[in-house]
Amino acid sequence: MIELQNVSWRVDDFSLTGVNCAVQDGDYAVLMGPTGCGKTTVVEIICGLRKPSAGRVMVAGADVTGCLPGDRNIGYVPQDGALFPTMTVGEQIGFGLQVRRRAKDDINESVSRLAQELGIAHLLERRVHGLSGGERQRVALGRALAVEPRVLLLDEPISALDEDMREGMMALLKRIQKEHAVTVLHVTHSSWEADQLADCVLRMENGVIEARKA
Amino acid sequence: MASLARFFIGPWDFILSLVRDPNARFWFYLALSTAGYVLFIVAMLVATAVHSTPGDLLSALQSREIQHSIYLSLLTCSLTALLSLLAAVPIGYLLARCRFFGKALVESILDIPIVLPPMVIGLCLLILFQTGLGGFVDSVIPFTYTVFGVVLAQFVIGVAFAIRTMRGTFDQLSQRPEDVAMTLGCSRGGAMWRVTLPAAGKGMVAAASVAWARSLGEFGPVLVFAGATRMKTEVLPTTVWLELSVGNLEGAIAVSLLMVLFAMVVLVAMRLVGERW
Repeated sequence: MIELQNVSWRVDDFSLTGVNCAVQDGDYAVLMGPTGCGKTTVVEIICGLRKPSAGRVMVAGADVTGCLPGDRNIGYVPQDGALFPTMTVGEQIGFGLQVRRRAKDDINESVSRLAQELGIAHLLERRVHGLSGGERQRVALGRALAVEPRVLLLDEPISALDEDMREGMMALLKRIQKEHAVTVLHVTHSSWEADQLADCVLRMENGVIEARKA
Repeated sequence: MASLARFFIGPWDFILSLVRDPNARFWFYLALSTAGYVLFIVAMLVATAVHSTPGDLLSALQSREIQHSIYLSLLTCSLTALLSLLAAVPIGYLLARCRFFGKALVESILDIPIVLPPMVIGLCLLILFQTGLGGFVDSVIPFTYTVFGVVLAQFVIGVAFAIRTMRGTFDQLSQRPEDVAMTLGCSRGGAMWRVTLPAAGKGMVAAASVAWARSLGEFGPVLVFAGATRMKTEVLPTTVWLELSVGNLEGAIAVSLLMVLFAMVVLVAMRLVGERW
């Protein structure tokens, strides 16, 4: 479960005040709202990349407001994937496990299993330069999933893809959510994506998040 | 540039296009300015080179003083480049990633060594090391009129350029990958070390090479702060000045050519390394 309780945040002339929302365990939630309304900020607050000035952030029943981003059990896929520019695809996917000092064999096994699952096994030795948009998103997804998070935060993972790749990516996201039993918060401004994917739609406007079941 | 290519098709067509086509005139003026400046630089170097003979160069290289000056220049410039990089990476990163009160003032202060006359920097260093704290530091590590002083005088200016280069490099690199690395368990420092620094390799090579090249030519601050003692604090620009002051123009030219050669070799080598990174 992901829950924001009266979360506030402010920088310069942009602020969020008393934001509340909840995503139930195992749900695929889609967060929608106009450009600049603070969707990405909400995701970054959940990740721990921005510190709220007030309120609490709960992940999987635990208060993670004061936790470091790496201790929140969250997988994060930002817009455009934000891949590590000097690493191979295999190194990217194994990065989180390497930081956690897992054994090399375990890392290799996880990387190859995830790469198979995401259809990028043939790219493991490639560097990120020259990967297509869809491939980049799959690599970013594999990198986030490798640490077996309870929650997956996806910031507009489909909007940058070509139209003919979108359906394939959506099917993949839905399958991944079921197989890995993760709670997903997917940010988009496409109501079509919300219709296809969402168990629950969160609409953000003027600093307020309203939930409705899909 | 397409209009310039026309020159090779037919000079008359080219002249006609200059008269008729304002875009052709625009490119022509740009090409003319560039060619003029490039020719000016090449003319300076060629004039200096042909004024000297291989014999002059050889006899200059055989001088013990000049050999020592070459050795000291290479040593101090390399040390300065390394120290400049060590300082420029954290400062450049801070300026690129953080917003804080007084940042504009800090940035202006960091640029002071670039805009101050070099001789004034040497004088400021000399006065700083006459103060209580400076005197204490000088009694522990002697800077004034020593090789350490040569490095410090070169460093003050070299590092300012290295910081500008590193700041530009970090500005170009998105913070997003670092954010992701943090969600995967890295601290901010760990994310910088594992993700951003490897991607900043070209920038680091550029920063080190610009610091090296600046240090090689640094004369004013070295002269004022470290002196011009032969076989002790004499670096190549000092040699040029000393040789000129005793009327040995051939020796000064030979050393100048050597400096041009060093600077070009280092810049080309750094560029090759940077491209492979």
